[in-house]
Amino acid sequence: MFFHWLEKNPFFFALMVGLVISFAGLIEIVPNFAKAARPVADLKPRTVLELAGKNVYVKDNCIACHSQMIRPFKSETDRYGEYSLSGEYAYDRPFLWGSKRTGPDLHRVGNYRTTEWHESHMKDPSAIVPGSIMPKYTHQYTNIADLETAYAEAVTVKNAFFVPYGPEFKRTRAAWEAHLPKVLADAKAIADDMKDEDVKKAVANGQVPEIVALIAYLNSLK
Amino acid sequence: MQSNAALEYDYTVAKLFTYVTILFGFLGMLVGTILALQLAFPELNNLIGEYGTFSRLRPVHTNTVIFGFTVSGIFATWYYFAQRVLKVSMAESKFLMTIGKIHFWLYFVGALIATISLVFGISAGKEYAQYEWWVDIVIVIIWVLWGVSIFGLIGIRREKALYVSIWYYLACFLGIAMLYLFNNMSIPTYFATEGLGAITHSVSMYAGTNDALVQWWYGHNAVAFGFTVPIVGMIYYFLPKESGQAIYSYKLSLLSFWGLMFVYLWAGSHHLLWSTVPDWMQTMGSAFSVVLILPSWGSAINMLLTMKGEWNQLAENPIIKFMVIASTFYMLSTIEGPIQAIKSVNAIAHFTDWIPGHVHDGVLGWVVFMIMASLFHMAPRMFKREIYSKKLMNIQFWMQTTAVVLYFTSMWVAGITQGMMWRAVDEYGNLMYSFIDTVTVLHPYYTIRGVSGVLYISGFILFAFNMYKTMTAGKELSEEPQFRTPMA
Repeated sequence: MFFHWLEKNPFFFALMVGLVISFAGLIEIVPNFAKAARPVADLKPRTVLELAGKNVYVKDNCIACHSQMIRPFKSETDRYGEYSLSGEYAYDRPFLWGSKRTGPDLHRVGNYRTTEWHESHMKDPSAIVPGSIMPKYTHQYTNIADLETAYAEAVTVKNAFFVPYGPEFKRTRAAWEAHLPKVLADAKAIADDMKDEDVKKAVANGQVPEIVALIAYLNSLK
Repeated sequence: MQSNAALEYDYTVAKLFTYVTILFGFLGMLVGTILALQLAFPELNNLIGEYGTFSRLRPVHTNTVIFGFTVSGIFATWYYFAQRVLKVSMAESKFLMTIGKIHFWLYFVGALIATISLVFGISAGKEYAQYEWWVDIVIVIIWVLWGVSIFGLIGIRREKALYVSIWYYLACFLGIAMLYLFNNMSIPTYFATEGLGAITHSVSMYAGTNDALVQWWYGHNAVAFGFTVPIVGMIYYFLPKESGQAIYSYKLSLLSFWGLMFVYLWAGSHHLLWSTVPDWMQTMGSAFSVVLILPSWGSAINMLLTMKGEWNQLAENPIIKFMVIASTFYMLSTIEGPIQAIKSVNAIAHFTDWIPGHVHDGVLGWVVFMIMASLFHMAPRMFKREIYSKKLMNIQFWMQTTAVVLYFTSMWVAGITQGMMWRAVDEYGNLMYSFIDTVTVLHPYYTIRGVSGVLYISGFILFAFNMYKTMTAGKELSEEPQFRTPMA
């Protein structure tokens, strides 16, 4: 019998296992790569500041409690806005849909929350939303966001995956230094809407606290 | 060739992995218990600054129990039973012995560094695949070393036919290798530019919906090939060895194994129901999840029927008790999963606490119970001493079983409550509850879960203590026990 023979021939056994377990991936996943990755019309890649904010979102692992996936149910569109479309995620690396809603969905949080709201909320969530079990993220007001890494990420996805960043995005340090003032201007625009004096001062000195980048990212979720 | 009877197995590497299984088990469960308590009592979040928040600690918990506890449990049992079913000793090959030791030390040091990287928030952002590219490289090397061990030992075996457990461990090796490699494909941004930014950072090769598909093909099947396949392999070896009963049916083993191999991989997309993944993939995921009941229950029933006519052992031997209840929790969790994968049920269950509830009846009730039972069986044979205390084992068993039941019942109620409240509308069709109402209502269930966590880890501490005492103070054995493990 075939299986008895297989059990005495480890190489062919392993080969058979390999074959049997690869079917699903080949049939279920590969076809989707051609189509679903296309961006919706007018989708803009994230700015460097927003990308840095996305990296703060990943670093503090907001995904543990917040989804970014509005399902096509009336109860969800009433609560969070229009349901999510595949093409809206076309530039998201990694995807941040999440798998648990200990807190609310954030896919369109930029439509109904403001910079001021986030600033007070991240400092002390239960002061803004009584009963909230979200931790305080006070360290984001003092930790400095890593803008250079965010720039490197933008350049990498531009070169590797043709994400439409402008011609000024280049691999060199000089290009980064030329781009930095633009990032700092974006940061200042956010900081202007904030109350925290230390944050404003830091941004003015060219040091952008994580909270500023994170708010830029959250505001971009629309 | 020497005769089989004279063969002395060498447990050096198995012992090393046994110690770290216990260590990582304790650490992973400790962090898990802290997380459970943080949800009930949020003040616990800000005790050690940014390093102690729920969000930062959650990957530490998941990765420590997956890649720390479970994987070292898999390695420990492999280095123990593989020699015995292949009828070859590790001591016969200097090369394999060296590889085994390097495998262990690289694994141990790598696991510590990996854990620390997560505490500092160095993360690739995908669930259960947070490790950044440089940690991934170390993990790949560790996995390859294990592969060399597996195929090396198989290469010099005396027993020509591979026992069922070996099939499962081989599948674990191949499956995890494939999944891990594809899902973690990423480009380090430092090297893709002129050395800009952090060297530790990388960006995923896949974007958006594609990334989600690859991730849950991985996420779901890491459970398959980490939490199911090798654990089934364990029970196929340790249950007959402990009970003295032959496996009930070879045909059922065969059917369940190949069935599991083929069906499991398809079910990954049930994590993405109602998302932006194409509808036919969602339906496929749903359908195959239901089919998955067959091979899962096939193995579990094969195990339960193995005990046919010997049920008295369940009362007499706590190791059998652990294994039988493990198969039972496996059945519970493999019927619960498919139920959650039905689209209409998933609409309520997804994003709620029912999902962690499901994960934990599988992991706490099946994976951890099986690994502990295996180590209990191995200890007297590796250290040539009796189990230190049967009484402690029984206390531990009931503490932990109670804990698992508390965990999943509280999370069932919490999850369904939450799911129903999110969608509840009043007579005018307006949403009835603001989001925060659906959070505060869960406090009692979160508290029960916290209690369950404390109970479970207390049981695990008893296990660790019992194992330690067995190694150091158990009554010495003059010869290896044949089936039932001797215990004081």
